[in-house]
Amino acid sequence: MRFSLIMSEVAHGLRRNVSMVISVVLVTFISLTFVGAAILLQAQIGQMKGYWYDRAQVAVYFCTASSDLKNCNSTEATAAQKAAVKAQLASAALAPLVKRVEFESHDQAFERYKTQFADSQFANFVSPEFLNEAYWVNLKNPLQADVLRESLGSLPGVEEVKDQRKYLDPIFSALNAASVTAISIASLMLVAAALLIATTIRLSAFSRRRELGIMRLVGASNRFIQTPFILEGVISALVGSVLAAGAVVAIVRFFVQGFLGSTIQTGTSLIGMTDALLVAPVLLLIGAVLAAASAGVAINRYLKV
Amino acid sequence: MIRFDQVTKLYSGNARPALNSVSLEILKGEFVFLVGASGSGKSSFLRLVLKEERPSSGHIHVLGQELARLANRKVPYFRRNLGVVFQDFRLLPQKSVFANVAFTLQVTGRSKGFIQEAVPDVLKMVGLAGKASRLPHELSGGEQQRVAIARAIVNRPAILLADEPTGNLDPLTSAGIMTLLERISASGTTVIMATHDAGIVDQMQRRVIELVSGQIVRDERQGGYQTQAIPVQAFQTAGTFIPPFAGTDAEISAGARASTPDPNEGVSR
Repeated sequence: MRFSLIMSEVAHGLRRNVSMVISVVLVTFISLTFVGAAILLQAQIGQMKGYWYDRAQVAVYFCTASSDLKNCNSTEATAAQKAAVKAQLASAALAPLVKRVEFESHDQAFERYKTQFADSQFANFVSPEFLNEAYWVNLKNPLQADVLRESLGSLPGVEEVKDQRKYLDPIFSALNAASVTAISIASLMLVAAALLIATTIRLSAFSRRRELGIMRLVGASNRFIQTPFILEGVISALVGSVLAAGAVVAIVRFFVQGFLGSTIQTGTSLIGMTDALLVAPVLLLIGAVLAAASAGVAINRYLKV
Repeated sequence: MIRFDQVTKLYSGNARPALNSVSLEILKGEFVFLVGASGSGKSSFLRLVLKEERPSSGHIHVLGQELARLANRKVPYFRRNLGVVFQDFRLLPQKSVFANVAFTLQVTGRSKGFIQEAVPDVLKMVGLAGKASRLPHELSGGEQQRVAIARAIVNRPAILLADEPTGNLDPLTSAGIMTLLERISASGTTVIMATHDAGIVDQMQRRVIELVSGQIVRDERQGGYQTQAIPVQAFQTAGTFIPPFAGTDAEISAGARASTPDPNEGVSR
């Protein structure tokens, strides 16, 4: 009885306020889509970090006859120098940090170079002795690359100690900037959404002020008076949230997986549907809580005794 | 039933109180007229009983509860024991007579079965048995006020507050409404009616409480709108104020009469 009465009040209110309800739906839709995009970007950054940091190695390049950097003086690194580096890597100080070490000779480097640049004509001009011999080091914790650089960088015969992670940092900072932008737009829009919901509910209450006055006079409980208005706000915001969740899922499905997945072809480092499906309920929750809170504040004015 | 204890009500931005140190007691089943000029504090009195306003000082007890101690969320449940009728009826224009009366019961969570039984009963009691499906604008003023009364008493309240219920009605229709209120009173409901209608007050010969500028100047059993007897109260210690009517006819000075028009007129609404 009471439930059906409340629901009919809600339906009545939504119908009477159609244009305001539509604007609430649209504003929550857009703002929550931004929130979802920001969350997805963060997830993407995390995913890429996990994927690439695991694979990123530290390269200890040895001098070649053609390199004239500080330690080298255009002389090839000697076997003794290479042995010193190897010993250092196996020492008590570094061994616990290192997961795996591989040596790459001139010829191996040349093979890799040829496959990497197979399409390019550079491969024809390069000969094995131009390419550095190197130790490729996988660290247990990629963040400790600096330790390696400090302890190996100044050894004789070592041209450079290079942390591959450094190549990824600009990408991550770009993604981070994008997600910060999305979050700031989203929070502005959420403020707008909250105010719009409050205004809508206040309008709805104003158009029903006669009923409200009589309800208060005859002793309808505050909760009974509040509930239809709060539901009105929550329902319209939830419609927007559902649209936003749909948009987020569609973005992942068609843009990330479909477009990016086929162009970049490193599918493993991209976020997938599971991430999108995790974000969707978060958006619904944000929408519902936001609407309930702002509608509750808005209607409270009409309940003051 | 209702007890006011040194109650003063000040509205912000107005130095003169709407009610000034009012003390009174109204017992169960009494029929009380509240008379006085506009702005004398009648409506403020009713609003205080309903806990629509808080007194600036003093204590109000209604139905055994001290209103200041009544939590806000319990006010709705308290109000279910009170019925209220206004001069302007305050019916919902788009709802039928039946729906208007049923609305009270619906929003207080009564069952459909109860509503189906109680509403026709009360409509019959106020004399609108055949008009349950009419809309308010299809009824005369007197009939609309009957609907409002039906709405106020359908919950069987202990107290019925009526704020100038006959103010918009012609004398004959008013008499009908008064008969109805008398019948409600006879069934044990305490009725408090604020009114300007001298004829009704004189005819009914019930308890009359007269307010002037927020003070009780007369509280008389079986009184008329204007009294011939000398009222019991001897108060008003402060200042130059001379309560009008506080004396024999001969003593009423022209000055006291002239002071009656009230600068606060309409403030209490």
